[in-house]
Amino acid sequence: MKRDFDADSFATQAAAALGLPISAEHRPGVVHNLERIASIARLVTEFPLPENTEIAPVFRP
Amino acid sequence: MSGLPGALDIAREIRDGKMSAREAAQQALARVASLDPKLNAFTLVTSERALAEATAVDARRARGEQLSPLAGVPYAVKNLYDIAGVTTLAGSKIEASKPPAARDATAVASLAKAGAVLVGALNMDEYAYGFVTENAHYGATHNPHDPSRICGGSSGGSAAVVASGMVPLALGSDTNGSIRVPAALCGIFGLKPTYGRLSRAGAYPFSANLDHVGPFARSVADLAACYDALQGPDTRDPVCRQGPVEPAAPELARGVKDLGVAVAGGYFAPEHAGLQEILARAAEALNTSRQVEIPAAGHARAAAFLITAAEGGALHLPDLKTRAAEFDPAVRDRLIAGALIPAAWVIAAQRFRAWYRDQVLALFRDTDIILAPCAPGPAPRIGQESMELGGATVNIRASLGIYTQPLSFIGLPVVAAPIAQAGKLPLGIQIIAAPWRESLALRAAYALEQEGIATAPIPTL
Repeated sequence: MKRDFDADSFATQAAAALGLPISAEHRPGVVHNLERIASIARLVTEFPLPENTEIAPVFRP
Repeated sequence: MSGLPGALDIAREIRDGKMSAREAAQQALARVASLDPKLNAFTLVTSERALAEATAVDARRARGEQLSPLAGVPYAVKNLYDIAGVTTLAGSKIEASKPPAARDATAVASLAKAGAVLVGALNMDEYAYGFVTENAHYGATHNPHDPSRICGGSSGGSAAVVASGMVPLALGSDTNGSIRVPAALCGIFGLKPTYGRLSRAGAYPFSANLDHVGPFARSVADLAACYDALQGPDTRDPVCRQGPVEPAAPELARGVKDLGVAVAGGYFAPEHAGLQEILARAAEALNTSRQVEIPAAGHARAAAFLITAAEGGALHLPDLKTRAAEFDPAVRDRLIAGALIPAAWVIAAQRFRAWYRDQVLALFRDTDIILAPCAPGPAPRIGQESMELGGATVNIRASLGIYTQPLSFIGLPVVAAPIAQAGKLPLGIQIIAAPWRESLALRAAYALEQEGIATAPIPTL
């Protein structure tokens, strides 16, 4: 499932881009959650969708 | 088990002059004073407002005015609803330093207009991000059926006060299952209406793409009456339905003979034996043996998870930057991680959502009602971190919504209904309808209640 995603390094770079400091105390929990999110995201990003599937700008169920 | 009058019973007694609204409010406040120390469901008791609203109802009756079906009925709200003059906590310490709300949330204002009597604000998972109501700042709310167990979340306080009989009605919110999971674990009815049906204005947001508000009750008639009172267009909520109100209460007794009912199979076929049994009983009572498969439900849950984390993280980014240590630790790291999610993942989740919605709506061409389990089992113990599910050990906070998340993801209306099982902890089912067909799900719930299959008895605490 998990391939070349380095959550720790990603957290450092993405947080810097957002101007979001992550304390040493919070970092392990954040990295753990990012790993989990990445593995869940693969279920979605690897799901084959027709190219013309669009996001509805206004969501009407 | 003891019986207490429901919302409509109380209102009827007040209309008939058998009890004043003030007496009803005082009785509710007395129950709160006696039971809440055992459950820790209230973060604020609004005695003064309750007595003032009740006195106003009595004055209207004395003037000969016609009272609405909920006039004089005590209720309480999850503490993410704005209450005029009260600081909205949304389960957090951070919000406690903010100024008081200038006006009521639309839902609170609607119930006030209906003459209902607000008794207080209720505990929840911080910023609604959880299914347990074990709040680092305000403590855990206990399950009235077994106080050593959680009441579910994030609208845990709302479920606990109704299940214990402190009040007959409460309001909660549901982004991924936060009305339905606590309703199931506390053995009461809950309604997550269609996305956009009820105004969310003045209810603290979590993931606006997925946020809903809705009621809890111990009977379907009470649930429908509250839902009806909450309906109506509202320019303060950009997704709130602008069309006419569609009251459900007059529909309840129409029966289910003309409804096509099916049970969700595959992903939704529960592992838990008790859930299998109650689903079978509900299906038999609704005269169906038909199964339908909701396609890619596990993917839907994953996509809902991504959107929630990303929107929650973005919403709280300013506070995460400056005061991260003040968040509940169980919520903080998930919000920070959510704020960092790459845009392409969230966009993929939204594209998947459009595809999935079309697939599921196709099922409703020949089906009116789909039944599914609600929570994956009875309430876990307070402090319990993991549980067994699908042959694996999984995190409770993340897993209690496995059956609810794929449905709120596309805004379907769902009634959570408690199914009777003598001497056991509560379990519930989801009664799912097509968008805007809340009344069909409520009719099915009412039919199950009439047959004694769906019931919400009050436990002795």
